[in-house]
Amino acid sequence: MVTPESVFPALPGSLIFGKPVIEIQELYKYYGDRRAIGPLSTRIEQGEVVGLLGLNGAGKTTTLRVLACDLLPTSGTVRVAGFDVVERPDEVRAKVGYLPDRPPLYDDMTVREYLGYAAKLRNVSKADLSRRVSDVEELTELGEVRNQLIGSLSHGYRQRVGIAQSIVHRPELVVLDEPISGLDPVQIMEMRELVRGLRGTHTVVVSSHILTEISETCDRILVIDEGKIAWSGTEAELSSNLKQEGMRVGLTLRQAGATSAAAAEAARAVLSPLDGVRDVEILEPAEPGEGIATLRIAISTDVRDLVCQTLVGAGLGVLQLGRERELESMFLELLGEGTDQPRRQRRKKKSAEITAAADEKGAS
Amino acid sequence: MRALTIARRELYAYLRSPLGAGIIAGALLLDGVLFYQHFSVDQKLLSAQLLTQFFYDSSAATMIAGLLLSMRLLAEERQTGTITLLNTAPIKDRDIVVGKFLSAFGMLTLMNVLTIYMPIMIYLRGKVSVGHVAVGYLGMILLGAAVVSIGLFASSLVRSQVIAAIVGAVILASLVLLWAVARAVDPPFNTFLSGLAIHHENYRPFMNGTLQFDRVAYYLMFTYFFLLSATKVLEARRWR
Repeated sequence: MVTPESVFPALPGSLIFGKPVIEIQELYKYYGDRRAIGPLSTRIEQGEVVGLLGLNGAGKTTTLRVLACDLLPTSGTVRVAGFDVVERPDEVRAKVGYLPDRPPLYDDMTVREYLGYAAKLRNVSKADLSRRVSDVEELTELGEVRNQLIGSLSHGYRQRVGIAQSIVHRPELVVLDEPISGLDPVQIMEMRELVRGLRGTHTVVVSSHILTEISETCDRILVIDEGKIAWSGTEAELSSNLKQEGMRVGLTLRQAGATSAAAAEAARAVLSPLDGVRDVEILEPAEPGEGIATLRIAISTDVRDLVCQTLVGAGLGVLQLGRERELESMFLELLGEGTDQPRRQRRKKKSAEITAAADEKGAS
Repeated sequence: MRALTIARRELYAYLRSPLGAGIIAGALLLDGVLFYQHFSVDQKLLSAQLLTQFFYDSSAATMIAGLLLSMRLLAEERQTGTITLLNTAPIKDRDIVVGKFLSAFGMLTLMNVLTIYMPIMIYLRGKVSVGHVAVGYLGMILLGAAVVSIGLFASSLVRSQVIAAIVGAVILASLVLLWAVARAVDPPFNTFLSGLAIHHENYRPFMNGTLQFDRVAYYLMFTYFFLLSATKVLEARRWR
């Protein structure tokens, strides 16, 4: 049976944890005069599975493209496996397997032909070619479609072929940009297994804006925000760090005979003075109906029971009250997304500008 | 070596899609119709003149087919995102360009070879030398290489195949029409411009069966210039 360990045996000289595979210092990347990333500095050690977490337009894809030598940095130093991406790009590319957000597939080739082609481009010798392709087909469960044209495959299979091409040459570093994008729940589970299987034998960097995905598969999280590393650590560290600052509570309520806006304002008026309530944010109503309002409350101590009693005492019926998903809440806290409306608008504008600039560059 | 891997994959794509076969069939049809016109209808031509006329007509078909075959080479890769596979593999940009060039050039040469029945008919019914045929084909192949290099360069600039074909056609038309511009200007610029023109002064000796090494060097340098330009475009994109 083919396992990730059999397909990806430990690197020569055995794996040395603590040895950096990626070293990034003061990295900047501009699209025209728009800063996509920077200043960005970090290091990732051998054998780690690291999740790059950030909102759309935060700079995840640009960072990964620089690591894969698809783009060159505007300034700063990026070293992969000891080689500089500007000075020794061919050495870097030989050690990196890259799956972009849109898998680079030729629809007119069969899966087997394509994987053979990708392997040849990555210097896999003729003697090893057939075995490597067979192994990776089995690992990614592509055996039954190996002779089908890629153009005829479903989205899930296409994503698997994309993963397969990125690991067919047994790279030291595997870079996966949104690998579960568009997959169904079963395929997501399989993809997680695959990524987890690479842990320990190879260094993996996975990007996603899906928080649970990162927490399921990664040893360490790098939160990227506006092109910079906003936070780095394990999920547990992140959680304990932020718990000291309280939690977020989602609340849906109803006030008979009032509009949604009036109900929301009434709730804010009675909750804001409470001890332990730091902030009350009015959201779009979570469900339709007269007098229904939804709020998010930031609390420094656990005063959920007091919140409930106060609302009921003020004639507001509580339909739902609960802590927000831990990781999601932490993520928003880190990025200052929860209550900082101007910041959110700035981010949306910047994200749109960066996307437009990147598209413009790509289209020209 | 990686260039040959890329060239094989591209040849395979031409042969598997209707595009390659369609372009070659269209060009051969054009060639055949023009040849029939001169061979059967206009019977006043001597066999050597007919052969010269054949190489003249075939150069038009070669230029059109060369542009159409090369328009997809890099533009399609960018449009579909497969360029990332090449950009992130340990291969030089020049290998990508050479591999792409070889595939389209190979297809165009195949098309040229398939026209051989027409010179053979002239050879059998008239009096022409094998040398004239060989030099004429050498000229056609060199012209084809130059046109494919222009098309490849145009394809490196944009992601739409249609726009790539238009850009390539504009460059090619400008270089063809330089001889007309040369007529309108004074010496020594007229000599310079007619020497630069891709077809008129440089192609005529091949049509007539005269092998001139400076003309061969012209086409080789021309092809090298546009392949180098395409390579530089690819390199520059990594910095953008």
